[in-house]
Amino acid sequence: MTDDKDVLRDVWFGRIPTCFTLYQDEITEREAEPYYLLLPRISYLTLVTDKVKKHFQKVMRQEEVSEIWFEYEGTPLKWHYPIGLLFDLHASNTALPWSITVHFKNFPEKDLLHCHSKDVIEAHFMACIKEADALKHKSQVINEMQKKDHKQLWMGLQNDKFEQFWAINRKLMEYPPEDNGFRYIPFRIYQATTERPFIQKLFRPIASGGQLHTLEDLLKDVCPSAIAPEDGEQKTQVMIHGIEPMLETPIQWLSEHMSYPDNFLHISIIPRPTD
Amino acid sequence: MAMPSSLLWAVDIFGRVYTLSTVGQYWELCKDTQLEFKRVSAVKQCCWGIACDHKVYTYVFSGDVPIRYQEETYENQRWNPVAGFCEKLLPSDRWQWSDVSGLKHQQLDSFTLPSPHWEWESDWYVDENIGGEPTEKGGWTYAIDFPSTYTKDKKWNSCVRRRRWIRYRRYKSRDVWAKIVSHDNADKLPDPFNDISIGGWEITSEPPGRLSVWAVSLQGRVWYRENVCHHNPEGSTWSLITTPAEVVQISCGPYDLLWATLWEGQAIVREGIDRNNPQGIFWSIVDSPSSENGIMHVSVGVDVVWCVTKDRKVWFRRGVNSHNPRGTSWIEMVGEMMMVTVGLNNQVWGIGCDDRAIYFRQGVTPSELSGKTWKAIVSGRESDRSQTGSSISLLSASCFFTDDIQNQTHAIIQGDADNCSDTELPSVPVNLANTPPMGAAASSGGNGTGNQAAEIQANLTVDPLDSDQGEATVASTSDEKADVEMRKSTNPNPSAELQWTNIDLKEAQKHPVLSVSTFAETSSLSSFGMFSAGAEEQYGADEHPLWAWVSGGGCLVDLHSPLKWFTVLSGLSSSVQSLSLSITPAQTAAWRKQIFQQLSERTKRELENFRHYEQAIEQSVWVKTGTLQWWRNWKPHKWIDVRVALEQFTGSDGMRDSILFIYYMYHEEKKYIHVFLNEVTIIVEVLNEAKHSFALYTPEKTKQRWPIRLAAATEQEMHDWLSLLNMSCCESRRIQGAPSHHAIWSVTCKGDIFVSEPSPDLEAGAHLMPCDQMFWRQVGGHLRLIECNNRGIVWGIGYDHTAWVYTGGYGGGFIQGLASSADNIYMQSDVKCVYIYENQRWNPVTGYSSRGLPTDRYMWSDASGLQECTKINTKPPSPQWSWVSDWYIDFNTSGGTDREGWQYAADFPASYHGHKTMKDFVRRRRWARKCRIVTNGPWLEVPPVTLWDISIIPSSGSDADDREAVALWAISDKGDVLCRLGVTQQNPAGTSWLHVGTDQPFISVSIGAFYQVWAIARDGSAFYRGSVSPKKPAGDCWYHIPSPQKQKLKQVSVGRTSVFVLDKNGNLWYRQGITPSYPQGSTWDHVSNNIRKMSVGPLDQVWVIADKVQGSHSLSCGTVCHRTGVQPMMPKGLSWDYGIGGGWEHITVRGNATEASRVSMHDTSEENPAVSKDLEDEESKGKTEQ
Repeated sequence: MTDDKDVLRDVWFGRIPTCFTLYQDEITEREAEPYYLLLPRISYLTLVTDKVKKHFQKVMRQEEVSEIWFEYEGTPLKWHYPIGLLFDLHASNTALPWSITVHFKNFPEKDLLHCHSKDVIEAHFMACIKEADALKHKSQVINEMQKKDHKQLWMGLQNDKFEQFWAINRKLMEYPPEDNGFRYIPFRIYQATTERPFIQKLFRPIASGGQLHTLEDLLKDVCPSAIAPEDGEQKTQVMIHGIEPMLETPIQWLSEHMSYPDNFLHISIIPRPTD
Repeated sequence: MAMPSSLLWAVDIFGRVYTLSTVGQYWELCKDTQLEFKRVSAVKQCCWGIACDHKVYTYVFSGDVPIRYQEETYENQRWNPVAGFCEKLLPSDRWQWSDVSGLKHQQLDSFTLPSPHWEWESDWYVDENIGGEPTEKGGWTYAIDFPSTYTKDKKWNSCVRRRRWIRYRRYKSRDVWAKIVSHDNADKLPDPFNDISIGGWEITSEPPGRLSVWAVSLQGRVWYRENVCHHNPEGSTWSLITTPAEVVQISCGPYDLLWATLWEGQAIVREGIDRNNPQGIFWSIVDSPSSENGIMHVSVGVDVVWCVTKDRKVWFRRGVNSHNPRGTSWIEMVGEMMMVTVGLNNQVWGIGCDDRAIYFRQGVTPSELSGKTWKAIVSGRESDRSQTGSSISLLSASCFFTDDIQNQTHAIIQGDADNCSDTELPSVPVNLANTPPMGAAASSGGNGTGNQAAEIQANLTVDPLDSDQGEATVASTSDEKADVEMRKSTNPNPSAELQWTNIDLKEAQKHPVLSVSTFAETSSLSSFGMFSAGAEEQYGADEHPLWAWVSGGGCLVDLHSPLKWFTVLSGLSSSVQSLSLSITPAQTAAWRKQIFQQLSERTKRELENFRHYEQAIEQSVWVKTGTLQWWRNWKPHKWIDVRVALEQFTGSDGMRDSILFIYYMYHEEKKYIHVFLNEVTIIVEVLNEAKHSFALYTPEKTKQRWPIRLAAATEQEMHDWLSLLNMSCCESRRIQGAPSHHAIWSVTCKGDIFVSEPSPDLEAGAHLMPCDQMFWRQVGGHLRLIECNNRGIVWGIGYDHTAWVYTGGYGGGFIQGLASSADNIYMQSDVKCVYIYENQRWNPVTGYSSRGLPTDRYMWSDASGLQECTKINTKPPSPQWSWVSDWYIDFNTSGGTDREGWQYAADFPASYHGHKTMKDFVRRRRWARKCRIVTNGPWLEVPPVTLWDISIIPSSGSDADDREAVALWAISDKGDVLCRLGVTQQNPAGTSWLHVGTDQPFISVSIGAFYQVWAIARDGSAFYRGSVSPKKPAGDCWYHIPSPQKQKLKQVSVGRTSVFVLDKNGNLWYRQGITPSYPQGSTWDHVSNNIRKMSVGPLDQVWVIADKVQGSHSLSCGTVCHRTGVQPMMPKGLSWDYGIGGGWEHITVRGNATEASRVSMHDTSEENPAVSKDLEDEESKGKTEQ
């Protein structure tokens, strides 16, 4: 692999093998078999789990079924975070497949948003893209697109059509050659150990002196705790799409190649496993 | 390594010569700054100029390939019974030392170097190669008597013998201004020169690099420099060309256009310039566009003429072409210019009248030759900061003060400027030489000195060209005369001024540095004789360069050139923007490598053991439909409309596969054929003037030699389908990204490039994968030849002989978007010729005429005569090509031509010869027209040497360092043998060429795995190069290897140890008896006939392009074939296996060093029994199994 395009492909086709099991307290008519699925890292839980829902509904009494939600080791999983992010944040360094518990009762109102239909996911997804473009191009690119282009982005994600999605998304990743990068980098930093949902600030890809900002510059600026002290040991892992890019990676490159389809760079900061 | 670039030359008002690259942003000072120049005229390979001493100089670019000239003479001897062969000849015999004809006495010591710019390469030595065959020792050839035919064997009746001595001389004055030394008779010497223009290289290609060099003397006479060509960059003598009146300025286009301006203000046009008459025959006069203002300056291109009249108005001449070099009428253009220059591609530059800036004419295209607008070139000088106030610039500045008007008579009297010695001159010039530099004076701001200086500057900026005007008007209208007189009166001492001119140049060299203190003292002197004459505008400090002259004759700008001349860049960026192929730091950066590596580890970790899991998102079937035409496979074959549908579906393993359906009507019945795209081996565009068509092959279709042919209504539609089908094929075979280092590359006759990943079973002995199963995918670009090795180093050569290096990308051409790599794709262009034939038959009444017999071929036809091809109806090969020249007669046809390009024969079709005999009743001549394709692909140009052949060493070890030098040999298109230095995996383009001397031009070269270099000379003989090693990359000497059975060889290929050659009759030969201690081998063994091209790989595998291969349905010419049964003990192999074919031109298997693993022989299909009869079988020539 030598070309940057291959990174896009690898990011897109990232899959997490997952084992869904029904929560033990759910009342069933017969025993519920676990359900195994390859989840696309870049998609959303509620967008790709129709089969899971069907599978478990078969064994349940109709009246017991309300809105489905997912939980991993006690943590309710936010469907509006991309799946890859949820995995990196909560379950990296654990054995595969990823074991997710399926709930149909006791929806944790304070932790999760409701998701009654795919339209909610679409609205959330498009809102993210628009916000990202506001940061990158003052919304100029997204506003110049036609409705059908917006639709194509969504359909591309929904149907896992890489070419279809990138035919449009390419435009969102462009910038004027004289600028050398976006206006601001759309990023969000998540920390497994804090209550705060995520950090998001204005951050330019190019320093005032013209040199490229790196991942390290970003972290130093917005989340210094993620970086090891000069002499100290690195106690955290900085994860994007299940890998740990080197801290000297230019942030502009990361934004262009390793953003999620919502155009945000979702970065997880997790404790380094001690072994 | 730089991007393909060319240079714009210009002279500033101080006489400094600068160049601006088409890929650069800054003017760069000419390397040789010893002299100041008045005018320059450039072409791609050199520049001629007139220095301030009114002498002519030529500046030949240095290059990796030397300019060398072979001198030869013959030593003749006669046998007598007493002394045997000896130098005693009969009185009636030729001299003991003579030329080849024996008519001219030529002793070894009679050869002298033609000028100080040459040096001898070595001493005289005997040539031992006679007609491609090595002679016996001493190089003697024998005959019964002089003059006769000579043989290399001495016979009983051989009474005379002779041998050839050769010695090379080399042109050494490169990258410097070389003074043209005149050998002419002293009283015939041309007077000092005033203008020069070079061009005419398109008139004829012989001798290589021929140039027309035209000059105008101060007296207004026109001179033509004889015999200027590549091997003789200085030319030989000046010939006077008579003119109807005195000439001031001249302009010569790349082809046959030559215009000059007269003192009286008209232009003269040279007529009758052609191949036989590069000097032309006569002049005709064209009047100035305006009656009041005569023409001051003219510049011509291929078929355009621009001029500037004395009121600085710019004019474009309408209707100029080869047949009517005078054109029809003038059109006035916007803008006021001092001068204009027409460059390559009819592009135009001018020097603005007011600001002395150089303007580029934007929007000049073949359809709009006059362009759209003038745009100022704002590029700064690289040296701007460092050179402010340089004394050299000041000194040279003064030489422009006086120039041509007043001192011409003086100059003529003086004759040679070199004669004027310092002693003749008063002390004034030295003082003048010490006047302050412009920059310094102007910067002193508000005080009186500063103002004065500014005015001086203003004056001198107008002067050089004003003087032309002055000269031109001397003999013309009275009001202009008044103007001249006024000027004269303002210059109190013209003769003194002349002396400055001369002494300044000398002084400049003597006193390059002046102390600041002298500036103030002498500043008042600077206004001496200068401070006056009507320059109203004031020029501020020298913010932008002020130009006096510009020449675009070597500068190639086209629609696709992104020029960086029009924006000023802040910052301290370097002057030359060179695009390097050595991988950029970003690409080799550790962070990038780590991301690539981690992603693949992640995929492995998260997916490898879970592939059996269900995919979350179901992939639906996806269909593209459309209407195409299909070449139906029943007779009569013709194109019929069909509906096509491509269905894509996702298999259980998550991989996509596709089926192409073609629905057609057969006798009113709906039918369809379908193709699984995972069975398709290649999708290839078919050269078709009328249709946008392409062909689909499967192994079965390849055996039939009958592909599925489809055509689309538009090029765009075809490319959409090609792109989609290609992507589907690659997807179904899980092929993506760049080709591997082992890839097999090939090129079709259309110039399309295909690449195939070799299966490990391709070269396996027991279970051979038939080569018709190989999958080929296209890579963007256009090439004639491609060569690679097993380290991923790939080079190509275009039809225009441009060398290209592979960048590591994929896609390009019609393969856009995601199937193409983002980086490493660059624009690529290529030029080739389309030929048509003009046929005539002789009849007793009118002689040769275009009235043929009713049975004759078309009077304008293709080479076969079967197709009518007129100048008007002949189109470029495909819509991707566009014409870049007009039709011209091609004199380089095999068989030779007469002076008008005709070839004669007894009847059509027959063999043609270049002179008429009694038996000849028909004649033909070939017309050519150049066309150009612009495409893109993963290729970067390797300028400047153009190539004919390349070979890259296959590496033997697999664990080699990617910084280790890789041997690459090449043949230039002039036949020079070259060795590329600095080629590594990191920098596949290498750094420079090392020239390897030969006694004749070469055509083919190949380097084997152990540095065995073999090469073929143009006379068809083979050579082995001794002692080539990593430490000695060029080896030491050539060993002449006798050719097999007097065949003329044309290609050689050396694999691991095997050496194969191909002769001009299509026979393939194997070199027997090669051992490490005797690498030249002993004899040639015949292997096969019917071969066009071959490639021997690092496993000693043999692949060829066969001439003709018969399939079950049709025959294909130019077919990839693989030699089967090649084994260490049987290097010649057994028979041929037939692969993709129909229009293949070239293949290289030198990347494939993957030997089959002996253990696992998995899933390839059962052995294909199709492999068949041998091509070697003379009876079944070009015929194979059914």
